[in-house]
Amino acid sequence: MSAERGVLYRKWLDRMMLGMTTLCALIAIAVLLLILGYIAIRGASVLNWNLLTQLPKPIGETGGGIGNAIAGTLILIGLACLVGLPVGIFSGIYLAEFGHGRFGSTLRFLTDVLTGVPSIVIGIFAYTLLVLPMRRFSALAGGFALGVIMIPVVTRTTEEMMKLVPSTLREAALALGAPEWRAILGVVVRSAGTGIATGVMLAIARIAGETAPLLFTALGSRFWPRAIDEPAPALTLQIFNYATGPYEEWHRLAWAGTFVLVALILIINISVRWLTRNPYRTGH
Amino acid sequence: MKEPKDLTYGPGAPDMRAGVFSNIGDRIFRGVTLVFGAMIMTLVILMVAEMTRNSTLSFRQFGLGFLSHSEWDPVHERFGAWPFIYGTVVSSLLSLILAVPLSLGTAIFLAELARGKLSVAVAFLVELLAAIPSVTYGLWGIFVLAPFLRQYAEPALAAAFGFLPMFRGTPHGIDMLAGGLILAIMVTPIISAVTRDVLMAVPRTQREAALALGATRWEATKVALSYAKSGILGAVILGLGRALGETMAVTMVIGNRPQVSGSLFDPSYTMASVISNEFTEATSDLYRSALIEIGLLLFLVTIVVQSVARLLVWRVGRRLKEAKA
Repeated sequence: MSAERGVLYRKWLDRMMLGMTTLCALIAIAVLLLILGYIAIRGASVLNWNLLTQLPKPIGETGGGIGNAIAGTLILIGLACLVGLPVGIFSGIYLAEFGHGRFGSTLRFLTDVLTGVPSIVIGIFAYTLLVLPMRRFSALAGGFALGVIMIPVVTRTTEEMMKLVPSTLREAALALGAPEWRAILGVVVRSAGTGIATGVMLAIARIAGETAPLLFTALGSRFWPRAIDEPAPALTLQIFNYATGPYEEWHRLAWAGTFVLVALILIINISVRWLTRNPYRTGH
Repeated sequence: MKEPKDLTYGPGAPDMRAGVFSNIGDRIFRGVTLVFGAMIMTLVILMVAEMTRNSTLSFRQFGLGFLSHSEWDPVHERFGAWPFIYGTVVSSLLSLILAVPLSLGTAIFLAELARGKLSVAVAFLVELLAAIPSVTYGLWGIFVLAPFLRQYAEPALAAAFGFLPMFRGTPHGIDMLAGGLILAIMVTPIISAVTRDVLMAVPRTQREAALALGATRWEATKVALSYAKSGILGAVILGLGRALGETMAVTMVIGNRPQVSGSLFDPSYTMASVISNEFTEATSDLYRSALIEIGLLLFLVTIVVQSVARLLVWRVGRRLKEAKA
């Protein structure tokens, strides 16, 4: 501690530095409000029922909508869940119940690695694994890519949530004569159910906003999604194409699409937050 | 609550179940979860294998020179990744220069200054920044950030700091500066959330000791910061990992021109951006192979960066746990 410095100087420095940290927090929040504000103003002003339900119109015509993109995104999320949920939940159960050995720690490490893999790389992976052999872009490849992104999130949440369940619950079930698998599935997993469900919701919010892994898997399309082995539209792909395109009408649709997407993601995030709110206070 | 070590059940217990209580249902259940766990492992191995296999063509053709050559010519099939590596590294470092002070300030505010509901609410709002999709940042970048940079910020920077080469040239708005700024906004929630957690894990006695010696709150905070410094470094590296692999937002605002320029006002290109822009157009095998090689490179770099970061954050967590025990 610098005793040689004047007390007044130290008090001034204290005020000033702590003031700066407050300023930093204010800047971060201001940026958030600035972004959300623009989306709300530019998006809400063009939003209407036709826009949400119709197909895009050909270039040059006004009107048209993003209905197919919304449907495509929902289908891709569904496919992703088919891939991501079983793998994520069961490997989470494995890590929580049996993952004490070396295989468990390796698996935990690889799951963390998978969290950090850039989503564009997962897109390439889905491309080499599914698009190349099938010789076509497809909803299936897009859903698979999103599913891979979901897996680590779901795995780690499942593990964390199961570890929070008091072991007395499990012991009670075992004492009643339940075999271990029933104690795990019927008691531990069920008790952790809400927590796991919120993890799944957050994973869905995350993949709903992914664009990069869909660029060369689902590819995007101007039509309603038809079959899972055909290219599928997605909200994010549509926003990307419209935003980088030259037409004013497209930019309008891009803002509207973003409004829908961000609203969906924020609703999921806020409701998860509200459902899992904790009376625990974080102050010192 | 800590489990006694000799319990047969529960996390951390020695695994004696197979012998004593073996039940056919239990074995099947354990097998099923193991299979799904092994799938994750297979997935990661398959990812490395597939990308290596598909980039062999390019690797054979260009060797290590792929990393240092700056020619990117799809027509004559000559590929060098240097402009993309340069763009990725510079835009990521720029984003850290901008985001680290902001994130540390925010984290200190959340962990040391704000209390109770205020801290929780502010932390939630900052975390919402991480929930906004990349493509949304890109859209906002194109229509809000870029025009602002072109009209106001970049001319002002050029006027004030024009003697530095990095602030010279025509203000484009869609350029390296825009890419770095967008990335800075995107990594701020990650760095500040991890830093806040690390700071919250520092034992209260550290600060109390400093305060008892007559330190001001800021001086006590500095004690906490130095206690947590390797965890904070881990947080910054986690942010770096995110910035290196970020695709859409950067692609939309960085200008996508494969050039190495010292000016922040010039368009640039990143590894992730070139893949996202050119992959579907890559008609020849060599072209696609070169792009996949860039992807493999990105993959390996982010794995190393992530592992280092996790190790640092994890070690701090463990040291603090020991100190508390």
